[in-house]
Amino acid sequence: MKFTKRAVALVGAVIMLAPLVACGSSSSSSDSGSATTSIVVWSWDSTVPRTVAGFEKANPNIKVKVTNAGTNKDEYTALNNAMSAGKGAPDIAQIEYYALPEYVIRDNLQNLSSLGASSYKSFYTPGTWSSVNINGGVYALPIDSGPMALFYNKEVFDKAGVTQVPTTWDEFYEAAKKIRATGSYITSDTGDAGFFDSMTWQAGATPFATSKDGKTVTIGLTTDSGVKKWTAFWQKMINEDLIDTKTPGWSDDWNKGLNDGSIASLLTGAWMPYNLLSGAPDGSGKWRVAQMPTWEAGGTENSENGGSSLAIIKSSDDAKVKAAYKFLDYVAHSATGIKTRVDAGAFPADNDTLKSSDFLDATSLTDSNGKANEYFGGQEYNKVLAKAATDVITGYKFLPFEVYARGIFADDAGAAYTDKSITLSQGIAAWQKNLTKYAESQGYTVK
Amino acid sequence: MAVPGIPTVRETGSLQKMKRGGRSWDWRGWKFMLPFALVFIFVFIVPIVYAIWISFYQKRMVGGTVFVGLANYIRLMQDAQFWDSVRRVALFTVVQVPIMLFLAAAMALALDSMKLHGSRFFRISTFLPYAVPAVVSTLIWGFVYGAKYGLVGSINNVFGSDLNVLAPSVLLAAIGNIVTWEFTGYNMLIFYSSLSTIPHSLYEAASIDGASEWQIVRRIKLPELRGSLAITVIFSIIGSFQLFNEPSILQNMVPGNSVTTYYTPNMYAYNLSFSGNQSNYAAALAIVMAIITMSIAYVVQLRSMREQMK
Repeated sequence: MKFTKRAVALVGAVIMLAPLVACGSSSSSSDSGSATTSIVVWSWDSTVPRTVAGFEKANPNIKVKVTNAGTNKDEYTALNNAMSAGKGAPDIAQIEYYALPEYVIRDNLQNLSSLGASSYKSFYTPGTWSSVNINGGVYALPIDSGPMALFYNKEVFDKAGVTQVPTTWDEFYEAAKKIRATGSYITSDTGDAGFFDSMTWQAGATPFATSKDGKTVTIGLTTDSGVKKWTAFWQKMINEDLIDTKTPGWSDDWNKGLNDGSIASLLTGAWMPYNLLSGAPDGSGKWRVAQMPTWEAGGTENSENGGSSLAIIKSSDDAKVKAAYKFLDYVAHSATGIKTRVDAGAFPADNDTLKSSDFLDATSLTDSNGKANEYFGGQEYNKVLAKAATDVITGYKFLPFEVYARGIFADDAGAAYTDKSITLSQGIAAWQKNLTKYAESQGYTVK
Repeated sequence: MAVPGIPTVRETGSLQKMKRGGRSWDWRGWKFMLPFALVFIFVFIVPIVYAIWISFYQKRMVGGTVFVGLANYIRLMQDAQFWDSVRRVALFTVVQVPIMLFLAAAMALALDSMKLHGSRFFRISTFLPYAVPAVVSTLIWGFVYGAKYGLVGSINNVFGSDLNVLAPSVLLAAIGNIVTWEFTGYNMLIFYSSLSTIPHSLYEAASIDGASEWQIVRRIKLPELRGSLAITVIFSIIGSFQLFNEPSILQNMVPGNSVTTYYTPNMYAYNLSFSGNQSNYAAALAIVMAIITMSIAYVVQLRSMREQMK
């Protein structure tokens, strides 16, 4: 009895100490005398780990460890904690375009210009390059992009008598009415701030701006004509019950809705195909891709939704920064690295791949068993998406605290969707007020 | 606890110690205390002091960290979102705690009546939800609640109804249901254990005196429950004021503004700190909430102690 108690205590003590030991050893591996440098990458993109084997083969003295520290907001929380604690932050982190400005302004990221990235401008699409090129520096390299497109369930559209894909928002509205008559909704939105940004961006809005010194922000949601144009249109859709405002995006119900056709289309980023394949497998063969509807007939304007970059966290350890940049360059800039990821389903951010026939001629997705799946009914869907990427309006800017701003969007505007107790423009006015208050409390001058 | 060390020395009249100078201190008690005291200081006192300390500062994205005195507290007093969240958990406490404790007491009495078959199974199965992590049980309930494809959705299909328990107006009740499911068994066990300390001779004496079952419950069992009632009430109040897991998990499963970022004080503190870059303000919030919770728990304790004295 005595022995077992002691054994338990000993085991307990060892278990409790183990994490401490692990903490102590991980950071010292780079300067242990051998030439091997190890770098830690935080990324939730499943295609990033696939590039490690190829990279390590070409660079045997760099060891890369890719960790999934959570998806978007969760990772940013972990990243912020590690940064304010002063340790535990990775060498490279996946950061979405909308979150990039705030890390740049807080001076958390390495400027990559001097490392060789300043000459990459023509390599990437205009939209993604303008997202990583902030205040004259290059703070990350694009790894994918999300030009908006209309993904639609052709079967449901046909059944409702919508034989022509809507090309303008007016046609979209008419299509929505026909589809609603069959019991389905044309799409869903329960108050998604990222979607709001993309849609107003496409309507030509530029509600946010930050001065070059990073001390003055402009928040012009209530005065921007693009915001007004889109808000009025979306309010009409909500009022006439033409969009599903009850099914939150990415929930179980939402996936099932896409799967059974009760949500008939999606206005979303070009990274969607593989999510459709896994979330709505029954839709295989029924879905198609088209360009976003535009505000005027014959228009081509487009915007982005989502899309990520990899950034190097600022560090005084030069060897690490150099090793990290090597990996970054391999993943985001080298042909082999990009091909590995695109083959696994990433939507490219570089012009070469967007023009390559390999990419453009694809007619099928590869499912989890490695089998080809003609999800889009044999359509050359990448041709549509590649075109969408070139139509993105440049010049849209995110707030320097966009992550927080999106977090409170539903607090202020959510009621316009959920119980319709306020209008969308009232909700956006409340959002504007709270963002202004927040910016001022953070020391910004608000214009 | 260690302070009695000094009188001990004097009472036993340890001459040697006295001779070495009256200021000598007996450290023996403290030595026994040391392991606990160290842990207590590092995991309890230090974090609280640190939280109080940072609550007097403000970290800004532009301008860095500045000392602001009581500004965070003043802002908190005027923060409608904060009071909104306090009101919500207060309402939750007032409604959910009595229901849960009533159910728990009823279950404990039923178990203790010894007239049930399979009481062991009953005891285990009602306690089991407590052993399920709150995150898991909330996920499960979230699927049950799904108005389209969950159990609620199936009910809607069968009866052609349009129930939606995740709508903003009824969501708090839906969360109350989850919490009740989770903690009734736990409270039942506390009640049951205090009931089982009653000597059986009392029941025999009562039935010889011709007391009915209901009279035994009223005159013997319920008075005995009072002590444990105080404990369960205090635990439940503290638990409800700290409501976090359930709404936080449900946030991704409900549309729009059903669960706001300031739904409960804890969620508000979390969001302020981790996505709003306002850990100083969140610290002030945490301290105020601690004071509010402690004072309510203290009042409840005082009342129940006074009642027990009667």
